Amino acid sequence: MKRKLPGFGAVGRAQNIPYVLLGIALLLFPILDSNRSQVDVAAFAGVWVLLALGLNIVVGYAGLLDLGYAAFFAIGSYAFAILASGQFNIHISFWLLLFASAFIAAIFGVLLGAPTLRLRGDYLAIVTLGFGEIVPRVFRNASVFTGGVNGIVGVDQPKLPAVFGWSGNFGFNPIPYYYLILGVIVLSLFLINNLRNSRLGRAWMAIREDEVAAAATGINTVTTKLLAFALGASFSGFAGTYYASKLFIVSPESFSFQAVSVVVLVMVVLGGMGSMRGVIVGALLIYFIQSYVLIQLPGWIVSATSALNIDFLTKLDIGSYVQRSNFLIFGIILAGIMLLRPQGLLPSAQRKVELEGGTSDEAVADLRGSA
Amino acid sequence: MRFFADQLILGLTDGAIFALIALGYTMVYGIIELINFAHGDIFTVGGFIGLTLISILGLQHAPPALLIPGVILVFLVAMSLNGLLGVAIERVAYRPLRNAPRLAPLITAVGISFILEGILFLLKGPNQISYPNLLPGGSLNLGFASIGVGNVFIILIALGLMIALNQFIQRTRVGRAMRATAQDRDAARLMGVNINRTIAITFFIGSALAAAGGIIYGFDYQTIDFSLGFRNGLVAFTAAVFGGIGNVVGAALGGFIIGIIIDFVGGYFQGGQQWSDVVVFSILILVLVFRPTGLLGMRVPEK
Repeated sequence: MKRKLPGFGAVGRAQNIPYVLLGIALLLFPILDSNRSQVDVAAFAGVWVLLALGLNIVVGYAGLLDLGYAAFFAIGSYAFAILASGQFNIHISFWLLLFASAFIAAIFGVLLGAPTLRLRGDYLAIVTLGFGEIVPRVFRNASVFTGGVNGIVGVDQPKLPAVFGWSGNFGFNPIPYYYLILGVIVLSLFLINNLRNSRLGRAWMAIREDEVAAAATGINTVTTKLLAFALGASFSGFAGTYYASKLFIVSPESFSFQAVSVVVLVMVVLGGMGSMRGVIVGALLIYFIQSYVLIQLPGWIVSATSALNIDFLTKLDIGSYVQRSNFLIFGIILAGIMLLRPQGLLPSAQRKVELEGGTSDEAVADLRGSA
Repeated sequence: MRFFADQLILGLTDGAIFALIALGYTMVYGIIELINFAHGDIFTVGGFIGLTLISILGLQHAPPALLIPGVILVFLVAMSLNGLLGVAIERVAYRPLRNAPRLAPLITAVGISFILEGILFLLKGPNQISYPNLLPGGSLNLGFASIGVGNVFIILIALGLMIALNQFIQRTRVGRAMRATAQDRDAARLMGVNINRTIAITFFIGSALAAAGGIIYGFDYQTIDFSLGFRNGLVAFTAAVFGGIGNVVGAALGGFIIGIIIDFVGGYFQGGQQWSDVVVFSILILVLVFRPTGLLGMRVPEK
């Protein structure tokens, strides 16, 4: 019984000191940030980290392109909002629904994935894209259940038993949300890390690298891909519940392809498909660019140009261009990374070898249909 | 009966536009098995190129005698420029990844789609921009129905382009090279087909047809905006899959059928317009699940 849990047993090792320090800093962060606004930002950023970790299982490990990831996020959000709000005056516990909506999202993942994962890989991309467009439209049109365009306002907040003088109500206080999402992310990291090294995780990577060879070694490719797809969906559903509760409202506009699916894909691709470290960094980086840089930059430019007092620069109104440039930035990241550094910013060692040109011969044979 | 005929004409008009876009998807998929996600945005760019040419030539105020050659010129120039854009995209973004794992060109295509959309967003802003309709107005009264002359023109232009394309693919040397490359790239190369040039020509033709679709869309809806390509591209892809991806006749047929379905759902059901996209994307999923080869497709899907 000498075998220790990976991670916990490794805390003492010297190479892990930076991670331990990072962990302590993350735990103390709400105490250091006195006015709580940064904690609020961090609590939302956590949602994106969770989404990116989930999509990384699908895209990074199993090599399946899911372009409808927002659909499962929407399903999780709406499942929670319908069952825990004044919409039908149903108020089921947040903690129960957190797992229930992850399960519901996974079921939808299986329903969608089971028939389509038998087809060739790129059909999955288009099927998920279609599904991702259907789901928000259904939520917008079925206004009897979902409040239509306005969505559902007044979603319940989580409650815990009162401890240490804290009432246990989450309310609009970002600090408990922050600790909740931090805890969820840490648990997810352990879970995903163990999964990746398990039989299932190795099967995912085998399929990603060469599906025909994987099938020949006795891997049931459909079931294995389906598990990746459903697990990714459940992460999205889980994150959706948290997001709805934190945001207090759900509305169909927040789940479009441009607002969620592509953003999460950019996070995963930028950080490095298949690399947990990379994906987390990618998620934080993109979230930072989207929620801070692109919003603050126009102001900085205005003050810079007026300080320089150059007339034509002020007239150009660069600020409004910058604010509209997020599509362009996402596109450049996606295409640029795939063309110049397909392994991403912080790659996993295994994926790097593969994407830098390892499997080209097999891939061609596979593409031409001779396999 | 009159309502039925109206919806049918509307559907055929929309279908003509979807068919022109779908041809690009199906040709590119047929030859390099890539879902060119950027194709919908290439369609939007084509529409904007047409709009720019129309305002440069001042065709909104042109006398009728100059209008016809002017419109033909707009179509030819916009289609050529857009074709070159397609060739450039293939050269820069897709060709370097031709032997990479399949995920790489797919993700790049999504990226190119966002780059095109992003550039249009920067240059043209988020709002709808009005587009002049240069097609003749008025309508033909057939007794049981009256048909807009503009709609007839749209359908005829699209049909003309499709017939020309089909003749090109079936009759010319380049067309034969395209079919050979689609069937077996390595064998085609051994037979002396210049693969890179053939693929580039495929992108040129697909993008040129998308430009024609973009201009026709502008004439028909009299408005254009940067984000058109996403929805219309996905609908057109559905048409391509419905007809049998890789099959040119199938894509044209699929385009018309999907156009008719959209306008019948929108016309006959109360609040149907909200649901027509849901219906179309459900068709996409159902076709891929139950008959991935589509109506006319013959190829057996791998794996």
